[in-house]
Amino acid sequence: MTKTILAVDDSGSLRQMLSFSLKAAGYGVIEAIDGEDGLNKAKRQTVDLVLTDQNMPGMDGLSLIRALRAMKNYQNVPILMLTTESGDDIKAMGRAAGANGWLVKPFDPARLTEVVKKLIG
Amino acid sequence: MTIDMSQFYQVFFDEADELLAEMEKLLLALDVSAPDSEDLNAIFRAAHSIKGGAATFAFTDITEVTHMLESLLDRIRKGEMGLTPEHVDAFLVAKDVLTMQMDGHHHGSSVDQAAVDSVCQRLKALSQGIVPDTSTAAPSPSVAAAAPEPVAAPVVDADGNCRFRIELPDVPQKDVDALAAELGLLGTIVQETLDDKRAAFILTSGESQDNIVAICSFVLDPDDLKITYDAAPAAASADTVPGTPAEDPGYGIFEPENGPAAAPQVPTAAADAAAVPAGEVKNYGRRATDREGGSQESSSIRVSVEKVDQLINLVGELVITQAMIEQRIAALDPLHHERLLNSAGQLARNTRDLQEAVMSIRMMPMDYVFSRFPRMVRDLAAKLGKKVEFVTRGAATELDKGLIERIVDPLTHLVRNSVDHGVEMPDRRTASGKNETGKLVLSAAHQGGNIVIEVSDDGGGLNRERILDKARQQGLPVSDSMPDSDVWQLIFAPGFSTAEVVTDVSGRGVGMGVVKRNITAMGGTVDIRSIPGTGTTIAISLPLTLAILDGMSVRVGEEIYILPLGYVIESLQPAAVDVKEVAGQGRVVKVREEYLPLIPLHQIFAIDPQFEDPSQGIIVILETEGKKAALLVDSLVGQQQVVVKNLETNFRKVAGISGATILGDGGVSLILDVSALLRSSRQLAADPVFF
Repeated sequence: MTKTILAVDDSGSLRQMLSFSLKAAGYGVIEAIDGEDGLNKAKRQTVDLVLTDQNMPGMDGLSLIRALRAMKNYQNVPILMLTTESGDDIKAMGRAAGANGWLVKPFDPARLTEVVKKLIG
Repeated sequence: MTIDMSQFYQVFFDEADELLAEMEKLLLALDVSAPDSEDLNAIFRAAHSIKGGAATFAFTDITEVTHMLESLLDRIRKGEMGLTPEHVDAFLVAKDVLTMQMDGHHHGSSVDQAAVDSVCQRLKALSQGIVPDTSTAAPSPSVAAAAPEPVAAPVVDADGNCRFRIELPDVPQKDVDALAAELGLLGTIVQETLDDKRAAFILTSGESQDNIVAICSFVLDPDDLKITYDAAPAAASADTVPGTPAEDPGYGIFEPENGPAAAPQVPTAAADAAAVPAGEVKNYGRRATDREGGSQESSSIRVSVEKVDQLINLVGELVITQAMIEQRIAALDPLHHERLLNSAGQLARNTRDLQEAVMSIRMMPMDYVFSRFPRMVRDLAAKLGKKVEFVTRGAATELDKGLIERIVDPLTHLVRNSVDHGVEMPDRRTASGKNETGKLVLSAAHQGGNIVIEVSDDGGGLNRERILDKARQQGLPVSDSMPDSDVWQLIFAPGFSTAEVVTDVSGRGVGMGVVKRNITAMGGTVDIRSIPGTGTTIAISLPLTLAILDGMSVRVGEEIYILPLGYVIESLQPAAVDVKEVAGQGRVVKVREEYLPLIPLHQIFAIDPQFEDPSQGIIVILETEGKKAALLVDSLVGQQQVVVKNLETNFRKVAGISGATILGDGGVSLILDVSALLRSSRQLAADPVFF
């Protein structure tokens, strides 16, 4: 069965790239424009993996991760943080919030699918 | 997998353009002494997003500039550095450079590398000059940051902890677990599996290496241990890329591969959470209102203007067809054709709704034009050594796209003129008891069927005497008793005062003739109000759209003319006693205690009317530019929306006529140019063939 990935990023071009790369790798993709949108879409359908940007207007990536982890059906869904901030503290915060990993923007599509494959095959 | 990135370029360029414009807007609005932290965050995020996109698409030159911009902004928003006017200036220059670079990638235009270098130097100087501590200065660009190299020296973090990478020899799993438990007491620990199935730990701890070795020696031979200092964060370095350990993948998974999905909460997560300063988190919060931009973006499509225009044209034809049907069935017996008539009524409503909806596609907010002025005013004022506060009002007012594009140049000219010649130098303003900062207001508002755009300054005003002198020199017909409004109009005379001294400063009037011509060509008018010492307001009045107008059809003799409904106040049949002859000024008519000049339409177009006597015909009271007049016609025919067809392109310019339309019965009707009619109403009376 096709695995579905929720891609949350406020940048349209980034979303498009994520979506394109993941679809090319055979995944289904749901796009969301920010944390709140992502949360709503995650509620509607339990996805197989969540990819979220950190720096977004409104609800940011960390808040989204925390909110997702507070939901029963998202306890075990892998969450990857997408961030240009490769600093330690942001990764530590992401980890504390419940993220399973991180991916630095700019990302190489091959790297993206590689890390996604590691997590959900 | 390789993907052609260029297919995403357009989205990036569009996005970056919007972000840069937003950045500039926020920068200009920023109060340097007490910047709003939300605004700083928004500016930071704009730079940050552009950097992310540029890095993704490998526009390294843009990444470089945005990176410096971003790190400087980051420190300012975090309060590590105070905001100064120099910062704002440098940021604005950086914005220009980025726009140039963006154009370079987008359109292949040339990029001034000297300007790029200069702004980089400037940003660098700012980041070094104010906080000398370079250790907190700009982190390496994200491209480089994606590949952190382990360093040999210990890296001590803020809490005095070092990160150790401990590679274990091949030992039983229970020993690994025991060691993990022991070392876990020293600090936070992350376990990973090496390529050859050996275990390794990343330990973040304040303990010395000797102590770590000592603890490990309980379980295994210390000589088999390999302990190194690790520069990457504990969380980050836990990634494993089989076969390519040297190459950083740019991603990481927080846990070894034994089921990351199953247990997101690694044992040390709690410790990490505690280590995160609570205050840090709020730096990443963003205001909710920013969301709107994003939502719009995802729910809009880009369509070429030609397509929209084709749509408008088709709807225009549909409106005509619908009017034809309406006229044909008007003769039918309502009793026998009730259903048909009902349907036709519905068709009329739907057509109108459709038309409105389609027309609204072409409407754009004035902000499209206004947004380019704050920067221009700021730069111009700085260059002239003036202080100008720039205010825009009614930026949300909508105007047809075709008009909005054509208004840019005239408006630019007027705004520049106001800063250059309207607003006085600070010392002069102080001397005349004014605030040394001048005020320039750009406003837009709907007024009837028009949009009125005003450029208003609180400067010295126009100088009546000099304009009159100048006009006399040029041989224009003037008199000292002319009303101010007529004197001001003189500056629009072609060739009037190019670069001659007109105001107290100099040369207002440069190119004003061109401005007026442009506005008139759009079917608009320009009006000037000026009070010496108090300021000048130039008001441009434009029709909302050129394509369709609500018209009132009136009959004179055999002809039917269309009056744009926006000008019509009322229509009535005057009593004979209310019509008076004024010597040398033609007839006037008294309407509600007000005497209005009477304009007999039949005289203007030299046609035989049904009624010469106003008390038998109908007068339509029209108003434009604050002037009223009564237009005498035979009768009113009806009200309808008409599709404006340009007369000039199809025939030639006819004085007093602004266009033509096709009526429901297929006949052609002329649309009256009400402004021209009223402007000349005085001369009309004396000279019926004025046009």
